[in-house]
Amino acid sequence: MQTKNTKTFYLIPYFAWIILFVIAPIALIAYYSLFDLSGNFTFDNYKNFFTSIYLKLTLSSFWYAFLITLFSLLVAYPTAYLLTKTKHKQLWLLLIIIPSWINLLLKTYAFIGIFGLYGPINAFLNVFGFGETQILFTDFSFIFVSVYIFIPFMILPIFNALDKLNPSLIDASRDLGASSWTTFSKVIFPLTTNGVKAGIQAVFIPSLSLFMITRLIAGNKVITLGTAIEQQFLVTQNWGMGSTIAVFLIIFMVIVMIITGQRDKGANTNGKN
Amino acid sequence: MKDIVRAALTIIFVCIALFFVNDLLDKNSGKAGSDTVTIYNWGEYIDPDLIAQFEDESGYRVVYETFDSNEAMMTKIEQGGTSYDIAVPSEYAIEKMKEHDLLLPIDHSKIPNLKNIDPYFLDLSFDPKNEFSIPYFWGTVGIVFNPSLLDGQTFDSWDALWDPSLKGQVLLVDSAREVIGMGLNSLGYSLNSTNEKELQEASEKLNKLTPNVKAIIGDEVTQLMVNQEAAVALTWSGQAADMMWENEELDYSVPEEGSNLWFDNMVIPKTAANIEGAHAFINFMLDAEVAAQNADYVGYSIPNAAAVELMDEEVTSDERFYPTEETRDNLEVYNNLGLEMLGVYNELFLKFKMGTN
Repeated sequence: MQTKNTKTFYLIPYFAWIILFVIAPIALIAYYSLFDLSGNFTFDNYKNFFTSIYLKLTLSSFWYAFLITLFSLLVAYPTAYLLTKTKHKQLWLLLIIIPSWINLLLKTYAFIGIFGLYGPINAFLNVFGFGETQILFTDFSFIFVSVYIFIPFMILPIFNALDKLNPSLIDASRDLGASSWTTFSKVIFPLTTNGVKAGIQAVFIPSLSLFMITRLIAGNKVITLGTAIEQQFLVTQNWGMGSTIAVFLIIFMVIVMIITGQRDKGANTNGKN
Repeated sequence: MKDIVRAALTIIFVCIALFFVNDLLDKNSGKAGSDTVTIYNWGEYIDPDLIAQFEDESGYRVVYETFDSNEAMMTKIEQGGTSYDIAVPSEYAIEKMKEHDLLLPIDHSKIPNLKNIDPYFLDLSFDPKNEFSIPYFWGTVGIVFNPSLLDGQTFDSWDALWDPSLKGQVLLVDSAREVIGMGLNSLGYSLNSTNEKELQEASEKLNKLTPNVKAIIGDEVTQLMVNQEAAVALTWSGQAADMMWENEELDYSVPEEGSNLWFDNMVIPKTAANIEGAHAFINFMLDAEVAAQNADYVGYSIPNAAAVELMDEEVTSDERFYPTEETRDNLEVYNNLGLEMLGVYNELFLKFKMGTN
């Protein structure tokens, strides 16, 4: 009896948190999305969303989020793999994580200087005879900075998955005559897909609604659903439309989470022993 | 278990200590009361020496806070919390604040220095008879450009921005009213237009500008222009003055087809705790010498006729920043278009931004 009581007692903070900061805000967003500017109940906001502009915006958000995730993964996987092979892997991991403690805006502003026409990158290019190149306010700078910012969130779960991987499985694979590539594609990668999926979730979902970087680094030439939400709330003060876009964003996120969900729970436990 | 309790106690203790220190600091800086005046102004928008001077002369202590957008300012005042005695909104924001009943009337008998203000800037449409607001600074929207990066283009007309030679050289402010307004002005329409056809035309014209657009950003424009990263920018006159102060090669022009004329004004928000002090501060800022010193420091144009006479002739006769009344007649003040219309402007702007890539 007593243990049951203490158990419910410990659950209180958890449920209070979930209700106050997860359920209530989502309910409020859904509620606000049903009202127009003058406070009338309407589904117009939802109809509005399906006009060309917001659909196009959604597509472009997905496209850029996809690119950011792809490049993060391409860099993060080999990095995480190398990290597990180093001697002081916790130290190296820490060095990768430390920059993520620095304020996001500060890092972003730093890139304005780095990518500028008179910044170090252009100075470097000049040495090789390239003229002044416009790097800031391009797709490249946007993807680069976003990848830079998100990469620790991709490396961590992959590193953990690789670290847990039982090395004798790799030895076994090699002993049985598999090539490096076969070992990777048939043994290592399948056993770390959960890490990869977790990494994709941690990168793709926030990428969908990036908005500060779109302005500072991409000069608003890339705009995402985040930009639209910010404008609806701050400039237009159309909370209804802003909430509607947010509702769709939440729906997209849930879809992404379902797709990247950890269906094959067995993989890692199998790998462990 | 023991460790958890210890950790929890430590956290609670640190919190209490921090709270105590914060309280002490608040007391020292004098949070809101009858002997303090809390001022809520835009960043870099007053000569700090003047605050000290006001404190000396009036005996009030000044608490000074800054904001970076009319919307943020309004939200904070609407929520209460801090008792701001003075705020400095732009004209359209004053209309909105009046609608939301966020302002207190200003007693003109307590502001004898009001006589210094050029009558041109009084009794304007956004606040007839200046019941709620007193002009602080004013200015225009125009084009700042760097002749050393251009080959001789001038910007007497908005159409100059569409010149193909400016490919990827133009910076725009990230603000729907300014950019759509520019499109409307370039076609000879009013920048307060609510005519669907005119707006559509402006939007189509703006879409043709996209190859020339380098970026659509906020205050970062200043640094980029000063560092010669871009040749041309759409900006406010005061910001242009800042840039020209730091980089003497820059020049500023207000196109002939017309543009926006804006006013920032001192108001007393409903939250005010020291109404007496607020009036004293407004009166102090309207003093000719004080206003002249402030204008020197801030660089924006001042509506204070007595102060203008005290200022350097070279500054006040500069028609780029003190346009003649004749030119001013060509300029328009933003009307509060209502949220519905603002939404339309915003969607056109969003479309324009989408097209820039």
